[in-house]
Amino acid sequence: MPAAVEFRSVSRHFGPASAPIKAVDGVDLTIAEGAFFAMLGPSGSGKTTCLRLISGFESPTAGEICIFGQNVSNTPPHLRNVNTVFQDYALFPHMNVRDNVAYGLMVKGMGRAQRYAKAEEMLALVHLDAYGSRKPGQLSGGQRQRVALARALVNEPKVLLLDEPLGALDLKLREAMQDELKSLQQRLGITFVFVTHDQHEALSMADSLAVFNDGKIAQIGTPAEIYAQPKTRFVADFVGSSNVLPPALTQSLGGPAKWSSLRPETLHIDPAGALSGIVTSLRYLGSGHRVAITTQGQDIAAILPSGTALPEPGQEIRLGFPPEALHVMVDP
Amino acid sequence: MTAILPAKSIADRLTTLFWRKPKLLLALLITPPLLWLGVIYLGSLAALLLQSFYSIDEFSGMVVREFTLKTYGELLRPQNYDIILRTLTMSAAVTIGSVILAFPIAYYAARYAKGRWKAVFYLGIMLPLWSSYLVKVYAWKLILAKEGILTWAVTQTHTNFLLDAALALPGIGGNSLSTSYIGMFLVFTYVWLPFMILPMQAALERVPTSMLEASQDLGATSSQTFRTVIVPLALPGIIAGSIFTFSLTMGDYIIPQIVGNSANFIGMAVYQLQGTAGNTPLAAAFAVIPIVIMLIYLSLAKRAGAFDAL
Amino acid sequence: MRSDPNAAPLSLKIAAIGGLLFLHLPILLIFLYAFTTEERTYAFPPPGLTLKWFAAAWERPDVWQALSLSLQVAFAATALAMILGTLISAAMAQARFFGREQISLLIILPIALPGVITGMSLRSAFGLMDIPFSTLTIILGHATFCIVIVYNNAVARFRRLSGGVLEASADLGANAFQTFWHILLPNLGTALLAGGMLAFALSFDEVIVTTFTAGQQATLPIWMLEELIRPRQRPVTNVVAMVVFAATFFPILLAYYLTRNGSETAGSGK
Repeated sequence: MPAAVEFRSVSRHFGPASAPIKAVDGVDLTIAEGAFFAMLGPSGSGKTTCLRLISGFESPTAGEICIFGQNVSNTPPHLRNVNTVFQDYALFPHMNVRDNVAYGLMVKGMGRAQRYAKAEEMLALVHLDAYGSRKPGQLSGGQRQRVALARALVNEPKVLLLDEPLGALDLKLREAMQDELKSLQQRLGITFVFVTHDQHEALSMADSLAVFNDGKIAQIGTPAEIYAQPKTRFVADFVGSSNVLPPALTQSLGGPAKWSSLRPETLHIDPAGALSGIVTSLRYLGSGHRVAITTQGQDIAAILPSGTALPEPGQEIRLGFPPEALHVMVDP
Repeated sequence: MTAILPAKSIADRLTTLFWRKPKLLLALLITPPLLWLGVIYLGSLAALLLQSFYSIDEFSGMVVREFTLKTYGELLRPQNYDIILRTLTMSAAVTIGSVILAFPIAYYAARYAKGRWKAVFYLGIMLPLWSSYLVKVYAWKLILAKEGILTWAVTQTHTNFLLDAALALPGIGGNSLSTSYIGMFLVFTYVWLPFMILPMQAALERVPTSMLEASQDLGATSSQTFRTVIVPLALPGIIAGSIFTFSLTMGDYIIPQIVGNSANFIGMAVYQLQGTAGNTPLAAAFAVIPIVIMLIYLSLAKRAGAFDAL
Repeated sequence: MRSDPNAAPLSLKIAAIGGLLFLHLPILLIFLYAFTTEERTYAFPPPGLTLKWFAAAWERPDVWQALSLSLQVAFAATALAMILGTLISAAMAQARFFGREQISLLIILPIALPGVITGMSLRSAFGLMDIPFSTLTIILGHATFCIVIVYNNAVARFRRLSGGVLEASADLGANAFQTFWHILLPNLGTALLAGGMLAFALSFDEVIVTTFTAGQQATLPIWMLEELIRPRQRPVTNVVAMVVFAATFFPILLAYYLTRNGSETAGSGK
């Protein structure tokens, strides 16, 4: 069975050929059918451009893009069987919610009664049954988000693209929508590809993800793999704000002379621990405390669960960790 | 269902073509208007320039289609030179008058008018700006006429002496308001005033209230705040407005014809020379003057950042 | 120093309201004079009021001719300007491209330069090419300076319309023509209509360029201008002035209501 989405050495460059801005630079990527796939990275890392390459709003400078085995590099957006939930939702301001949702069916030529019935079905799916006659301007941010979702799903796309779908929502709503999106995806079995700069979102929702940096994919894997075994310093640092240790420090902790990462929550106060240093700061996080120490000129953070006896700033302490927590990175 | 939907119509195919070649769509959109403006407008401007380098045969009155600078030389004759100077003086006076009259309106509308009053001010400026130019000029002919409302008003209020004093002023006075420079200035200012108010208001609206409060907070008096904060910030708007008032006054030939002492202005000269006198080359040469002045004016204004206020 | 920073000083208030009155009172006078019984002078106050000039104007064939020509020209010029102005605003809103700045200057030029130049230029061109004056030459001139009015209105709306909705439409399967019809036009409609109204008002009332391109024909403003210079029946002119004012007033008012949530018409200039 072909992959849902496949990138074959895809590049997208902007600007003059002599000094191009490489928004996407030689990306190879395979997204399996039915996956909930996240593209994670800081802004400007190329993740959104990759999404737009799938939807067709950008064309690759080099390489090819296949959707379900078909090369779509020459297919315009309106003929691609993928749909997008846009970052700002891009609802049509002059149409009511029902017409917004039914739009995709209307342009395909479906009759009014039939498309409105389907639109109501979709609105029920996102719990907005009663809102069909409202205008987008009369909805809250969360409701607009659901309308955008219903509008994209009504076409029964083979792949649903979501561009920072939860970015504009407040924390509580965001968490509720995360659960909802996840269960929706499992129920419908459609491949979801979503772009985010929020690592928590990516880790909690996706079943596999790609971390982008500078137009390239730094690492692809399951959330657990990416979190526990970052391949590069960038991934270690970006996903879960890990402690990144230079080769000398790694060596002094019993590892090889390579860069390594050490997750803050794996560290604990241990009088016999391998790391010793002066406490520089102490911060309350709600679920625990974050303690920062300096050792060999390097800042190391540890997250201590509530109930741990806390050190004072300026105090020298020792920290220990289970040996498997020290993850040596493959790439520099 | 597959990942690629079939193209069902010509519209689908054309959309695909536009998507593959976005420049093609752009070219299709822009070609008709560019052709229109390029051929009709720029072409005409070129024709104007060309005409200005022709001359007129003094005996036959026919246009001689040969390149010469003779026509431009004629502009420097004292009576023509006077026309240019008079027009520029009037344009400058009208611009200054508009700034003074416009400022309180623009400032009030930008800073104090709220809600319904904001709409009243906006409409109150927009309507006179767009409404019929000729009717406005005509209204002033009615006002300034010797038997008109203004004379009636000064008689009723026994302020004839003020009007008489104004009319007795040397140079700008005259027999009556409708045949004096003062009257002409009044009408010009009235007609172009809204063109000054709008950009001024736009510029003033960009001045945050907190900035004025900061100035007062730092101990500036109202007049110091006005001089050192408000005026400099309103300046781009004033310059933008002055582009209109100056340019429109400079090119107008209706007002000097209807109100005034039959002294000649550039616009009138152009109109008369091409019409009754049949001297199209000299008319063209006269018309080149406002172009040159406005191009200089625009480039200076651009440097002063006035285009952001437009 | 003021005690309440949110209240305007009295002097400013008076100057501002006085300024507004200065802008509006003279126009009201036209309405009064349309009813005066005085035929030969502009005497104020009018010795009496009558409706007979409306009947007199109604029976003047020259007024009807001029009105019909003005309407023809205004409709044709507005239609042309709406097509050309929409096309160019769509192109300008679409992308940055080489020569964009120059094109925007070219669009503005017909109103940035005095009307006498546009008029004289067109006249020079018609003269050089031996094109006889006709209704067409008037329309040609009017459409040229009306383009910018439509453009100003449309381009502001294009800018406000987030590019997202056009992409969303394509994403949902609409081709370019469906997107134009279902998304672009409904959102652009009022701005275009407002631009059209203003262009109509401007064309209907234009006199400066028209005198250079009309030849022997008279539009209503030209008819009025002739009456101003060589008055024949003053009260009839007063009535016509009222009609011209009304014919421009209502489109302007309508344009305002169509665009009052945006700022399209602000500072667009004539």
